[in-house]
Amino acid sequence: MATGKDEDAARIEEIIDQNLKLVYSDLVQDELPDRFKDLLAVLKAQDAGGKAQK
Amino acid sequence: MTEKDPRDGLVDHLPALRAFALSLTRNSATADDMVQDTVVKAWTNIEKFKPGTNMRAWLFTILRNTYYSRRRKMNREVADVDGVFTASLSVKPDHDGRMQLNDFKKAFETLPDEQREALILVGASGFSYEEAAGMCGVAVGTIKSRANRGRSKLAELLELGKEGPVELTDQATMAVVAGAGNGLQ
Repeated sequence: MATGKDEDAARIEEIIDQNLKLVYSDLVQDELPDRFKDLLAVLKAQDAGGKAQK
Repeated sequence: MTEKDPRDGLVDHLPALRAFALSLTRNSATADDMVQDTVVKAWTNIEKFKPGTNMRAWLFTILRNTYYSRRRKMNREVADVDGVFTASLSVKPDHDGRMQLNDFKKAFETLPDEQREALILVGASGFSYEEAAGMCGVAVGTIKSRANRGRSKLAELLELGKEGPVELTDQATMAVVAGAGNGLQ
């Protein structure tokens, strides 16, 4: 029956999206390497230095 | 009075930006390089960011443009894939969910870039089809089609719904399905 198939398809889509969210949130929770905080600090310092020179 | 510098908000988006980079590149070293490039570009072009608009979408757009530009230069679709999904698994196992989530990750890694991207943007990150289309510079229908093809391929690889009722993978999924209500025996 078409309705049953549609329900199955909707359920499969939900399962896939739920797994996608799990995979993604797993990656988001990964510890952020220090290099990014260091990078932001360097960029900030460069900006401050540039402004001070002006 | 000083106006708030939008660059101060960059740091809040780094975990999501890195997750998106890992999803696209499937390689942690490449992903981190891409995030670094994106941060530098965003920082130095901050005047192009319109305050009040979605900074995460703006950063994701920069990152994906950087990725595809690099891919074009390298003239190949697949960079080194180091199994970043299956390696960094910190999700708490629910029954045998851990094993099955690993299968899911392996299958996801095999999808073409554009399908992975569409699925991460609309299926996982919570962007609308319209937002994702804007970020990818394509029509809404193209994003829908990429996401649907990706879902179909995943369903095929994981043999979802092939025989009888759809197999449930973990408690979270079961909760979603239970919430959906009808159709389950």
